Amino acid sequence: MSIAAPLVRASDRVARIGRVGVFQLRLLGPCGAALARPRLIVHQVYNAGARSLVIIMLCGLFVGMVLGLQGYDLLQRFGSESALGIAAALGLVRELGPVITALLFAGRAGTALTSEIGLMRATDQLAAMEMMAVDPLRRVIAPRFLGGVIAMPLLTAIFDIIGIFGAHLVGVGLMRVEAGSFWSQMQSSVESHDINEGIVKSLVFGVACSLMAVYQGYHAEPTAEGVGLATTRTVVISAVLTLLLDYMLTAAFL
Amino acid sequence: MAAVTPPAGGTLVEVRDVHYAVAGRPPVFSGVSLTAARGRITAIMGPSGTGKTTLLRLMMGAIRPQQGSVAMFGRDVATLGHAELYAMRRRVGMLFQNGALLTDLDVFENVAFPVREHTRLPEPLLRRLVLMKLQAVGLRGAAEMRPAALSGGMARRVALARAIVMDPELLIYDEPFVGLDPISMGVILRLIQALNETLGITSIVVSHDVHELTAIAHQSYLLSEGRVVAAGTPQQLAAEPTPVVRQFMSGAADGPVPFHYPAPDYRAQLLAEEA
Repeated sequence: MSIAAPLVRASDRVARIGRVGVFQLRLLGPCGAALARPRLIVHQVYNAGARSLVIIMLCGLFVGMVLGLQGYDLLQRFGSESALGIAAALGLVRELGPVITALLFAGRAGTALTSEIGLMRATDQLAAMEMMAVDPLRRVIAPRFLGGVIAMPLLTAIFDIIGIFGAHLVGVGLMRVEAGSFWSQMQSSVESHDINEGIVKSLVFGVACSLMAVYQGYHAEPTAEGVGLATTRTVVISAVLTLLLDYMLTAAFL
Repeated sequence: MAAVTPPAGGTLVEVRDVHYAVAGRPPVFSGVSLTAARGRITAIMGPSGTGKTTLLRLMMGAIRPQQGSVAMFGRDVATLGHAELYAMRRRVGMLFQNGALLTDLDVFENVAFPVREHTRLPEPLLRRLVLMKLQAVGLRGAAEMRPAALSGGMARRVALARAIVMDPELLIYDEPFVGLDPISMGVILRLIQALNETLGITSIVVSHDVHELTAIAHQSYLLSEGRVVAAGTPQQLAAEPTPVVRQFMSGAADGPVPFHYPAPDYRAQLLAEEA
């Protein structure tokens, strides 16, 4: 293998990142135009958000219950079971809520967005729009992107609330941690910057996952195989990107 | 509706010496020239893979020729900016091979789509306009159906209603007869002719269905191997002695356009595999 091959591959990857950046810049204008038609965005918030609710709530409940069990097991070794509320709330609000919601979003809403847009490309729907002098970036891509960005913090908030309920169910209901200390310690120790961290993370993940989903769909090869590959790429890249950004944001907030 | 005679003369579309190639592949066009007269039906025919749809994409400014020019409404498409190109496209209706209906909208909303995007027409007026267009293609009763529930012929007619809803000056049909049963084909054929005769809409029909096209076209072009090999009225094309035209018009399996894709010697290949 020639020494140039890895360099070519590396430069190709950098070029791909550049193309995503350029796509994001191209999307800015259409996003402004899409904001003037809120009904389109609300419809996409419903598609990306409301339709992901069941999976988000179910996973939030189980993650919260696991946190309750693991947290109780760890804290009771130090005689601090009463701190279970803080541990569960901080773990969920700052870390697990945004990250797991983003991963689930990529798997549920992200793949749906990519395959929908990819199939629109494959069946000439996007080309037909262009021929009707309608910019697909403005009519199709921007509302879906904004819908995803808006849906992510809302889903994260629901995930957090259900997760805390799950931790309460196990900690208080099963392990007999005192309900008063569970809630009061949580209330006294969770501060606004913890909430802000969660909100910022969910917004950033919302931008990253939604951008990746619409980018992959818009640039999918217009074949069954191409749409399938694009959908896979959406999940893989979104997951890696979410964890990478999570590390960077966590470091920035500490 | 009373029939109006299409206004004679005047060129709406002019393709002049167009060369187009995709990198790493043989050229699609090497010097194609043709015109579409105002108020007439122009047929562009040719075997599969001759670049008929590519030619339409060149006309609509979706791609640009490497050499030569495509003029629509008297302006070179390649020189138009984004806004001018979109303004030009608003004067054109295009019917896609598969209809290209928006699958998340019902039939009514598909037809209303360009109107909603480009105008602020009051809802009652828009409703009347869309129902009129659906009535013209015989599908007013299907207004609430989803595209997935339509047959191929119905989808094509809905797409036609959508293409004419903005009252375009030019209608471009990309393979409008593909995959249709004889009744649906007859309906589409009649609609193309009726739109031309009653509204005087200039039409460009790209297809390889010789008999259907020759029945309605005023002017025909035959593309082969990247250039126009014959042009004229359907009668002139039928009388054309050139072998490639004869093969296409008669539907012969073999001839200048070979049945076999270029391959190594058959016998040698079989024996080599055996060995």
